[in-house]
Amino acid sequence: MDLYEYQAKDLFAEHGVPVLPGAVAATPEEAKAEAEKLGGPVVIKAQVKTGGRGKAGGVKLADNPDDAKAKAEAILGLDIKGHITRRVLVAEASDISEEYYFSFLLDRANRTFLCIASAEGGVEIEEVARTNPDAVAKIAIDPLAGVDRRKAAEIVAAANYPEAIRPQAAEVVVKLWETFVAEDATLVEVNPMVRDPQDNVIALDGKVTLDENASFRQPTHAGLVDAEAEDPLEAMAKAKDLNYVKLDGQVGIIGNGAGLVMSTLDVVAYAGEKHGGVKPANFLDIGGGASADVMAAGLEVIMSDEDVKSVFVNVFGGITACDAVANGIVQAFKLLDERGESISRPLVVRLDGNNADEGRRILDEANLPGLLRVDTMDGAADKVAELANRAV
Amino acid sequence: MAIFLDENSKIIVQGMTGSEGTKHTARMLRSGANIVGGVNARKAGTTAEIEGKQLPVFGTVKEAMSETGANVSVLFVPPKFAKDAVFEAVDAEIPLAVVITEGIPVHDAATFWAHACAKGNKTRIVGPNCPGVISPGKSNAGIIPADITGPGRIGLVSKSGTLTYQLMYELRDIGFSSAVGIGGDPIIGTTHIDALEAFQNDPETDVIVMIGEIGGDAEERAADYIKDNVTKPVVGYVAGFTAPEGKTMGHAGAIVSGSSGTAAAKKEALEAVGVRVGKTPSETAELARELYKEQ
Repeated sequence: MDLYEYQAKDLFAEHGVPVLPGAVAATPEEAKAEAEKLGGPVVIKAQVKTGGRGKAGGVKLADNPDDAKAKAEAILGLDIKGHITRRVLVAEASDISEEYYFSFLLDRANRTFLCIASAEGGVEIEEVARTNPDAVAKIAIDPLAGVDRRKAAEIVAAANYPEAIRPQAAEVVVKLWETFVAEDATLVEVNPMVRDPQDNVIALDGKVTLDENASFRQPTHAGLVDAEAEDPLEAMAKAKDLNYVKLDGQVGIIGNGAGLVMSTLDVVAYAGEKHGGVKPANFLDIGGGASADVMAAGLEVIMSDEDVKSVFVNVFGGITACDAVANGIVQAFKLLDERGESISRPLVVRLDGNNADEGRRILDEANLPGLLRVDTMDGAADKVAELANRAV
Repeated sequence: MAIFLDENSKIIVQGMTGSEGTKHTARMLRSGANIVGGVNARKAGTTAEIEGKQLPVFGTVKEAMSETGANVSVLFVPPKFAKDAVFEAVDAEIPLAVVITEGIPVHDAATFWAHACAKGNKTRIVGPNCPGVISPGKSNAGIIPADITGPGRIGLVSKSGTLTYQLMYELRDIGFSSAVGIGGDPIIGTTHIDALEAFQNDPETDVIVMIGEIGGDAEERAADYIKDNVTKPVVGYVAGFTAPEGKTMGHAGAIVSGSSGTAAAKKEALEAVGVRVGKTPSETAELARELYKEQ
């Protein structure tokens, strides 16, 4: 889960990382009130989970509370790369002497953690890495040893931060590591980390990604989810404990296993090339079990998506036998019928693998309305794309 | 021969007495795997009856190994306790630890991997969040259904469980030496490269099928490895061409960020070193069948 800047900075502050005073505001009036509290000039920053806010007009300086209100008014509602700004951060305007780059992240390739740091900050680090690779220090962090003062001193020296602020910077680095570990983050990025005229080192901006697998030991993280910004179908699926991602096509997809579902999306997209360019409407992995309840919940979410013109249920019976899956589908139709929900769009089902013959027989016998059985994945994808195209 | 797992494998199950552990221990036993016991500190000294077999429960992996001669551990321990369980397996120096558990925090995976490295990599870790390893007709460590196919001369390595089953099913007429599910998490123990190396050296494997998916650069690195080290024919498949940037597709590691981790880049890297990449799982199976017949 990616956090907003204000959430990232709240976490920083909790772990003793210096940030400038500020607060989040959802209306121009709130922004004005915050500016009054802070006194003096403030920065109004759009809270969106994407980069390039400055260029898009999402960051503005305000001299006084009335100006803060006007600037917040201009920024709230702004569309930044498809992200609508619904909140702004009102923060004390800072005097900046220098800007640096700093991050801790997961290094998948080396199966460890990595620190990236550079004395050149405030810019895209990828750009610096390309044009001036020597200016970017990459330091592997041993998860067992972590980052203590000595390691932090090594990092700030390798990053070539100015000597005068290295002790302060090292202290911030230790606290950022504490944040990274204590919060189960996979990314903690500070860009820029700034030096003020008094040689304080401050995290001026913050980007944090949290590991959702750690939610069992991070009870406060659930509160960081921005329910309003969630796609309503995704929110509905989440409430039903389904692994669902909304996409922008017309063919609803249900499958078992993340890899098979991803593959199903691709196969449907290929098939769609021959059928008016129809595309998958979602990712939905109902997992190995594929029970009737989960199948019903999945169908319910997919049928709630008005973009969906046809549905592909693609199940490979591995651990769960196909007869159980077929019974699940039959039960799901009954459940939905009882709830007054209708399966209003054609359904193509492909069952293969463990006990496939029995599964197919169950489906044929049930003779469910609008359900079509096709026994190969490629053939079923072609059929479901054709049906979607016909309904578009 | 097969890889990682064979008829000499003696398996213990960490988390055997939990519901998942019991269910899959029964399945492994039915498929003929030689399971010699389980580990659960709270139930040490007891016996569990699974599939009519009396399985001793030991307090530690070390004890289980010295009592039974076990050389493989399969872990069904819940995420909360998984890190400690892997540490225990590593400290006991069991040669193979297959971590089935899904949902382990990545900090824990990074930590147990670092620990395994610090201990000299005496334990091969497969997973986490994987279906395990099967050498049909010989042994089965994990949750891969044993009845999909029998022994044969194809080797398979995959990030995805169900795609593994799908490909095994499509190629059931030929059969498999071993199939290795390495898992779809951001940090995993055994990689595509480790499996490729083992299949290259396995006299019972003629053709290798490699299944990847979006996220990370493991497939690109595997392509580099293949170029210089693999002479056996390799067929590839990559899932996730239609995945949008920034959305996690089921597996914690399956996410495209920026221009990195895309399926197109992976396919291109594999094709550049002569790996034939199928557009669909069925087409991939067909390519593998063709190459097998050419052998």
